Amino acid sequence: MKFFFFHLMPYLDLDPEVRAKYDSAWMVLPNSAYDPVKGHALYNRYLDELELGDQLGFDGLVLNEHHSTAYGLMPSPNLICAALARRTKNVKIAILGNATPLRDHPLMVAEELAMLDNIMGGRLISGFVRGIGIEYLVWGVNPTFSHERTYESQELIVRAWTATEPFSFEGKHYHVPWVNIWPRPFQKPHPPIWTPTNGSSETVEWAARSDHRYKYVQNLSAAAACKKYMDLYREVAARNGWEAGPENLGWGCPVYVAETDEIAVREMRPHIESLYNTFFRMPGHRFFPPGYTSTESMRRIAVDKLPIFGQQTIENLMKHGVVLCGSAETVRQQLESNAREWGFDTHIGVFHFGTLPADLTEKSLRLFASEVAPKLRHLNEPKVASELPN
Amino acid sequence: MSKRVDTVIKIKQANFTLHRAGAGEPLLYLHGIHGAASSFRVMESLARYYDVYLPEHPGFDSSDMPEWFESIHDLAYYYLDFLDALGLEHVHLAGHSLGGWIALEAAIRDPRRFRSLTLISSAGIHVKGVPKGDLFVRAPEVVFKSMFADENIAVAIMKEGQSKNNEDTFIKNRFATARAGWHPPMFNPHLAKWLERVRLPVRIIWGDCDRIFPIEYAHAFHRLLPDSTIDIIPACGHLAHIEQPHALVKSITSFIGGLPK
Repeated sequence: MKFFFFHLMPYLDLDPEVRAKYDSAWMVLPNSAYDPVKGHALYNRYLDELELGDQLGFDGLVLNEHHSTAYGLMPSPNLICAALARRTKNVKIAILGNATPLRDHPLMVAEELAMLDNIMGGRLISGFVRGIGIEYLVWGVNPTFSHERTYESQELIVRAWTATEPFSFEGKHYHVPWVNIWPRPFQKPHPPIWTPTNGSSETVEWAARSDHRYKYVQNLSAAAACKKYMDLYREVAARNGWEAGPENLGWGCPVYVAETDEIAVREMRPHIESLYNTFFRMPGHRFFPPGYTSTESMRRIAVDKLPIFGQQTIENLMKHGVVLCGSAETVRQQLESNAREWGFDTHIGVFHFGTLPADLTEKSLRLFASEVAPKLRHLNEPKVASELPN
Repeated sequence: MSKRVDTVIKIKQANFTLHRAGAGEPLLYLHGIHGAASSFRVMESLARYYDVYLPEHPGFDSSDMPEWFESIHDLAYYYLDFLDALGLEHVHLAGHSLGGWIALEAAIRDPRRFRSLTLISSAGIHVKGVPKGDLFVRAPEVVFKSMFADENIAVAIMKEGQSKNNEDTFIKNRFATARAGWHPPMFNPHLAKWLERVRLPVRIIWGDCDRIFPIEYAHAFHRLLPDSTIDIIPACGHLAHIEQPHALVKSITSFIGGLPK
């Protein structure tokens, strides 16, 4: 297995009284609630934590893009990647991802990622996302075209990465008569593409196309949903004439490791609950603007009332298998059992969440790296040639 | 009074619902973002004077959402095709909110198709420095309440209308509204410069408490449309057809009635 460390980079110094005046830390919370002096310290703390991930032997670091929110201070994950590029030596850096449909010109993404891949000598993994619903309100991009723009922008970027002669791209949303990016990516044919998601059959269909075979990475979801969509990925791949293996699947979740199960729950509780109840929370109509999902899903969602819109507790998150929390042994067991049952080869640990302070973040990271990861390395790995039967 | 007749018409390979009532000169009434049904009452009154056509727009209510509906322009051309399909030559055109915007887009393209134009709390332009009432950031109930001078009316309507069927229509109409008017929000930056092409008698009807398109929008339309008169309805928000239907009908009939024959 491979182990990745995902940092959301929240603005954790939020004044609870100020936060309480607004229904969400996204979009409506004014940036007067952001103190740049504290922000400076946070950026540097978070970059230190990510660099520690490299030193501790993680396979990769994970970054993402969000806008106008205290949930994450990473409107441009490419900038954070650039800051890490020469301070890290071995890790891959997975940007999960650039929200390409929010851009008027996806070629800027193609160029920036190609630059990063060159600087890092091929350590880049590129995720592409649609952006969450509220970002269509923040940016004024029409959510009823979200899927079209997502697919078309990705197609443009991949062609720009792989073409070695100038070409003309004739899309509906993006029309570029003269595409010829410099530099082209370091990796051939291009950096690996991952599709992070909270679970959607449409995303599975896209990722599991035989000409794509993009790694499907399900994040921050209930265990039942993870299993369901990973099964679906294998099914769709088979239908498309190819066999998907663990290398095509990844699972992302918040992780906290401590000395004992009891200490872990006690220490994780306030911080993971703040992730959901302070930082993530938003009204449903802003999470799902019209057209962001199909009318059919919209109906289902209206009925279900997703838990993200209400109060969340660590007990509930553990019960639904959304988080890993416990001693190294407990976390190892749970992770091993999920990896065997769901068949993924990559785990993406959200080792920082909500208000988690630096000392606890570091403790949990070190425990995971020394006592969990080494014991699971062999799991779901492709057999090396010498082990294969003749 | 004639009974309303509901039919389905086929245009450009898709099916659309058309409500029709009354007799007299044809009046094409284009509904706003909530769909056609909330205009039935006003339609009934207008049907005493006119042959009223109240179509459900593409993507709204029970009409199909055709793939070709990608912007306000598609709706404008659709209604020109609609007139052809029904053999309508010279109609009175009226539109509320989004429907007013569609009416304007159709009228600048082919003003000769129309005898007159009535704009009721119409979308379509932007007045710099006068923000519109947001439709998507605020909770739907908050938005709906803000559409009335008397918010108690909104509360009563919402209490009545919480059926599954209404929820589906709500989702569908919200999608179609977003498709046409998400960005720039409910206007076409190029429309204002073409409005002088609307060489028609125009009546601009506005609620004095419209918090979606504030009253400045009525005055801006009045300045931009060469042959327009303006009628402000007191104690009325964005939905005159619900909040002040009598005043609305009176304004439309006195305007059309006063046109040279």
